[in-house]
Amino acid sequence: MSNPSNLKYTESHEWVRAEADGTVSIGITQHAQELLGDMVFVEAPEVGRQLNAKEECAVVESVKAAADVYAPIAGEVVAANGDLDSSPEAINSDPYGAWIFRMKPANAADLDALLDAAAYQAVVDSEAH
Amino acid sequence: MGRSTIFVLRLFYFWKADMTLKTTPLNAAHRAMGAKMVDFGGWDMPVNYGSQIDEHHQVRNDCGMFDVCHMRVVDAKGDGVRAFLRYLLANNADKITMPGKALYSAMLRPDGGVIDDLIIYFMTESWFRIVVNAGTADKDIAWMKEQAAVHAPNLTITSRDDLAMVAIQGPNARAKVWEVLPQTRAATDNLVNFQAADCGEYFVARTGYTGEDGFEVMLPKEKVEAFWYALNKAGVKPIGLGARDTLRLEAGMNLYGQDMDETVGPLESGLAWTVDLASERDFIGKAALLANPPTSKLAGLVLLDRGVLRGHQKVVTPHGDGEITSGSFSPTLEKSIALARVPKAVTIGDTVQVVIRDKMLNAQVVKYPFARNGKAVVSL
Repeated sequence: MSNPSNLKYTESHEWVRAEADGTVSIGITQHAQELLGDMVFVEAPEVGRQLNAKEECAVVESVKAAADVYAPIAGEVVAANGDLDSSPEAINSDPYGAWIFRMKPANAADLDALLDAAAYQAVVDSEAH
Repeated sequence: MGRSTIFVLRLFYFWKADMTLKTTPLNAAHRAMGAKMVDFGGWDMPVNYGSQIDEHHQVRNDCGMFDVCHMRVVDAKGDGVRAFLRYLLANNADKITMPGKALYSAMLRPDGGVIDDLIIYFMTESWFRIVVNAGTADKDIAWMKEQAAVHAPNLTITSRDDLAMVAIQGPNARAKVWEVLPQTRAATDNLVNFQAADCGEYFVARTGYTGEDGFEVMLPKEKVEAFWYALNKAGVKPIGLGARDTLRLEAGMNLYGQDMDETVGPLESGLAWTVDLASERDFIGKAALLANPPTSKLAGLVLLDRGVLRGHQKVVTPHGDGEITSGSFSPTLEKSIALARVPKAVTIGDTVQVVIRDKMLNAQVVKYPFARNGKAVVSL
């Protein structure tokens, strides 16, 4: 699965999608879910929480490992994906559909500093060696 | 996603930096079957071939095969081998008198710490076969030879590096082995649980590490790849170490290096049933066990709140703190389960708290195993 070109990415394997209402959705990439394996638990940040860029804010756990999810940019948490409470495996089957939380960016221009799909792929390729 | 916090399989307890990974004769087969390979105690081993949860259910509901070539087969031969094992091991070798019968035992230090857990097979009065863990094999054999030199100098203790081992586990496992190795059927048809038959090139044991029926087959290394592919052709799916860990945890079986090691005794590790303190027999570690009654024990936990129990998480009880030794998600129960070392006064049915990140989550103390023979055996 290639990384969708309409998304932004982080070096810590989150994807970021700009929504029409000015918020951004955040999930973990195909590469990340592949590394972790079968997902069994997702803990999203509380709605209303103010996050700094690169702050630990969510946890995803597979059968074999736990991993922190970082805020890609600064902002306020405006929604958490409750569907993942009962179906964490959606992250495996549809990583770019299974958003974990949504933020209202403190500064929309911060998105521009994130990686595009090609730059993120380069990060993944470099980790493979 | 933070890589630094991925505690990728705490199974790697013997990992050493800068060590060239050892490979089993099935390495190429794993790669050809799409395995994700990981460093397991210095061995390049398959952690899963696809979904680890699917592999787990495959074993509980049908059957699967595991590469356990990294485990070590040791043959102890010579007159007096039974008497030697009677002294070497915490469990009593005298319990096995039917040819082929197996016995699970801890091997203890004089201070009662667990050197390893192993299985011995009684073949003849001058031959016992022993299977030990991969990561401890060299120190185990050194210890056995050291003890034999003092107590049974005529014995030979041989590491069978010429043998490979494959575990085939699940309700349909035996039938699949018979399909592939029909020549072993007559000798293995009537094996009871925990009994083996020496079928010439193939040594077939009705043992395993999953809580399911099945066989562990030892065979010449040069034949194992063909055997593996023949099983696969017969419909047996390969299962990785990831599912092996959740299967054994559900079955309430200890993992050496996690649930016990040289710093704890068998009575603190849920292994009292394997320690024979009742008979007059002396064995290495017995005096220490008698002098130091245990203050803690191994308990089963089922998480009541949402989350995943993991090794080394703190357990808070009214009787003092404990620690999880093995924890994971149970695909059979669809809940998180764990083994934890807790104060001895903690009892089944108690609710305790587990500290996960900054939260205190509720877990119930249960009698384990959690699941066996395809079914959950814990009810809350």
